[in-house]
Amino acid sequence: MATQHSRSAARLMMTPAVVLLLGWMLVPLLMTLWFSFRRYLPLRGGDLGWAGFDNYVRFVTSSAFWPSVQTTLILVGGVLAITIALGVLLALLLDQPMWGQGVVRILVIAPFFVMPTVSALVWKNMFMDPVNGLLAHLWRFFGAEPVAWLTDVPLASIVLIVSWQWLPFATLILLTAVQSLDSEQLEAAEMDGARPLSRFAHIILPHLGRAITIVVLIQTIFLLSIFAEIFVTTGGAFGTRTLTYLIFQRVLESQNVGLGSAGGVYAIILANIVAIFLMRIVGKNLDR
Amino acid sequence: MARAVKSQRKVLNTGLAWTIGLVIFFPILWTILTSFKTEAEAIASPPIFLNFSWTLENYAVVQERSDYMRFLINSVIIAGGSTVLGVIVAVPAAWSMAFVPSARTKDILLWMLSTKMLPAVGVLYPIYLLFIRLGILDSRVGLVIVVMLINLPIIVWMLYTYFREIPGEILEAARMDGAGLREEILYVLTPMAVPGIASTLLLNFILAWNEAFWTLNLTAAKAAPLTAFIASYSSPEGLFYAKLSAASTMAIAPILILGWFSQKQLVRGLTFGAVK
Repeated sequence: MATQHSRSAARLMMTPAVVLLLGWMLVPLLMTLWFSFRRYLPLRGGDLGWAGFDNYVRFVTSSAFWPSVQTTLILVGGVLAITIALGVLLALLLDQPMWGQGVVRILVIAPFFVMPTVSALVWKNMFMDPVNGLLAHLWRFFGAEPVAWLTDVPLASIVLIVSWQWLPFATLILLTAVQSLDSEQLEAAEMDGARPLSRFAHIILPHLGRAITIVVLIQTIFLLSIFAEIFVTTGGAFGTRTLTYLIFQRVLESQNVGLGSAGGVYAIILANIVAIFLMRIVGKNLDR
Repeated sequence: MARAVKSQRKVLNTGLAWTIGLVIFFPILWTILTSFKTEAEAIASPPIFLNFSWTLENYAVVQERSDYMRFLINSVIIAGGSTVLGVIVAVPAAWSMAFVPSARTKDILLWMLSTKMLPAVGVLYPIYLLFIRLGILDSRVGLVIVVMLINLPIIVWMLYTYFREIPGEILEAARMDGAGLREEILYVLTPMAVPGIASTLLLNFILAWNEAFWTLNLTAAKAAPLTAFIASYSSPEGLFYAKLSAASTMAIAPILILGWFSQKQLVRGLTFGAVK
């Protein structure tokens, strides 16, 4: 159907987007790769020459590396688990007949539109502050000692903040999927005497499979590079340093570009391993 | 009898859903309420919910002291500019992929999405350095370009999804009637594509408005948008809860309202139409 003429026109129309993204990908990537093999300390003499694999070895063997990987995995895994579990339950609830469904929906999805810096600051100061925070008031009201959230349970606190931001997204996607569920099939199962739990496990959950993979995909992409929430709340202290944050500190705070770049290459490799898995799933969805 | 059970369940659902909804919304509500209190009322113990003397003073102070308008304008320019620029680049690309697909279209689409997985922090310093060399560090132009590029894959995907849903029969019918390429684009395809383009603009404006990594790291004073402005409140000054709340409310209000209007498109856009 497409003529030779329209094909070359199409190629021309695609060129700007392809060239821009190729440049965006390749130029900084090659520079990062180059720096990662240099001893590059902008504030202490600049580029001091070839370093071989020194930076790579130093980054992996530094005492901060494995904890940061662990923190990253806990953060991503924790937020995914919370948002998907609660998201499924909330989506099922919101699908039930009720009054003011539209308004409830608006209330539930609101956090998704709140800037990460705002949500981090509001949670840090107005809720988690051990003196004036609302949670401290609540604890005192019940006669308990207030928790110093961001110093005593810092990682859990950040997981809570980030989950609050992403629960709306998971709920919204899952709700859309729940609404496309075939109600006749559910009724038939009910007639056959299937209990609610088995209806959930055998009909609802498999139906939500695709939506859940999409939620995992999108959230993982964004969660692997969480930055503002940590920057504003703990600044990477108290064991909340993710891989992203560790690299940020090496490059910008301690101005060791070579070392940070080696870390960057590791982060890129990690992201790509995750991406390959996730892309397969999206690719399958495309084939439909 | 069954009816009574049904309406009882409806009452239960309503109560439960509203409770959960209000709990989730509460931090935002609390921020908005606090923005109208005096500083003393904001940290009063026990906390005051509604019976305080409403004041607009915080908003005036925030604007006066830190030139909120400048940050707002930066946010509007960066989010708006990157979105418009992105759509200009993405529409032709998505268009040709949707209507003149080749064997490699799918590969190109997946490759584009894969650039989204490039961890920003991994390439921060090169971009930082390039920006210094080009003299666009801490400039709106620089941020417009970066934010446009990070959202470009999503824009292309969204538009591709929308364009593919335009039925081919209509196009063929127009061709049979003797419409040329120009007529085809102007009178047939454009009217059908406009809603998709509008949703894409909206969603990307929201994403760009809230983008924090690059805005925090590539701006200092001149081009800092609201995300960076709010982060400056993490200093001890941020302990002024009422002012922090006023600043926060002003930063999120525009996008919250936009977001509520576009919730339907959000699902389609963010999942590339894979969830219906």
